[in-house]
Amino acid sequence: MESAWIALALSLKVAGWATALNLVLGVAAGFALARLRFPGRELLDAVLTLPMVLPPTVLGYYLLVVIGKRGWLGAWLWDTFGVNLIFTWQGAVIAATIVAFPLVMKSARAAFEGVDPQLERAGRVLGLNEWALFFRVTLPMAWRGVLAGVLLAFARALGEFGATLMVAGSIPGKTQTLSVAVYEAVQAGQDDTANLLVLIVSLTCIVVLLAAGRLAGPRSTA
Amino acid sequence: MSFEVRIRKQVEGGGRRFELDVAFSTDARRTVIYGPSGAGKSLTLQAIAGLLKPDEGTIYVDGHPVFDSGSRIDVPARERRLGYLFQDYALFPQLTVRQNIAFALKRGWLNPSRHEGGEAVDRWIQAFELERVAQQRPHQLSGGQRQRTALARALVNEPRALLLDEPFSALDPELRSRMRTELDTLLERIGMPMLMITHDPEDLARFGDHRVMLRDGRVRDAEPERS
Repeated sequence: MESAWIALALSLKVAGWATALNLVLGVAAGFALARLRFPGRELLDAVLTLPMVLPPTVLGYYLLVVIGKRGWLGAWLWDTFGVNLIFTWQGAVIAATIVAFPLVMKSARAAFEGVDPQLERAGRVLGLNEWALFFRVTLPMAWRGVLAGVLLAFARALGEFGATLMVAGSIPGKTQTLSVAVYEAVQAGQDDTANLLVLIVSLTCIVVLLAAGRLAGPRSTA
Repeated sequence: MSFEVRIRKQVEGGGRRFELDVAFSTDARRTVIYGPSGAGKSLTLQAIAGLLKPDEGTIYVDGHPVFDSGSRIDVPARERRLGYLFQDYALFPQLTVRQNIAFALKRGWLNPSRHEGGEAVDRWIQAFELERVAQQRPHQLSGGQRQRTALARALVNEPRALLLDEPFSALDPELRSRMRTELDTLLERIGMPMLMITHDPEDLARFGDHRVMLRDGRVRDAEPERS
């Protein structure tokens, strides 16, 4: 039973890091896609959305090719810094980050595109530079949509299984996340553990979805 | 000269091409650019404010160059020190009246807090009789209060000049004539150069000390100043 809580703690750590990373990467990508005009913009959007629709095993395979010990980035990391990401919780973070990334990027892009450009013009003539404009005008107008995407990304990262298993494996206490632990428990016939794990995951995801729904829903004019 | 504008700009969008080629200069304190919608009034005003970059030309405001393609001067909008009243006022909906007015006085990445803003904010709130609604949000205000808030926000920073984009079009007719009188009085008091764009002949009659007629992106008739 104790292993269930260890798996939960690890899952929260991995999903937390993945969400934090996406808060920067996903929001930045969403903002760039909403504001910058360049050829191939929609193609880039499609490519960045791929992790949402590709089978997680395919993603896992891509990741092994890139960050595996003989992958082009992995080999460099190993040779230069002695860093290995395969079968580590950091590897699980990378897998979860990539899988959840499109959820943040898509909602952030839609939220930023919904900001009235007139308000940003007003911010500029009132003396704001572009950074201040983002934090004082654009983000406050878009934060609901952004946060809804971030919550979905957290839930997705928490439930990540396929890519994680391929990249990080299933080492109890080290890389065995909650969703992987469910699989292992069922395989081993430990129904009690499986029941508890399934309940925890389901409840957490319901809470997150309710919160995301509230944020993305119609605005209350308080 | 209050305003000296000589700009060209090609705009494309929605499969249609528009060429703005505007030149006028005015020494009057109150200038009105008048013309039908689609004449290029808004583009001209945005160019003066630094929100639209002309392809070439020069813009002087109150004697200061803010744009000169020849000598590569292009002062960013934030440094032009111009008060801009937007057509729909563009008040920040999540901020209170007081926070909106204090907006330009606050530097950095955070918006002013609910009670922030010094003597200048208090003075404008009083001048526009906004004390009762100072802690309310824009959507709770009447049309007139919204316009006053937007004017206070534009003026609190002591700009060099005031730019007004169809200032009364969002108001119902009765309120429109009242706000016209109010603005008239205010302009007399602050004595700041003002440039208004409008398609309403009454605005032209009331504020057009100097009149610039715009049609299809060109000045048709820059009337001499009214005596």
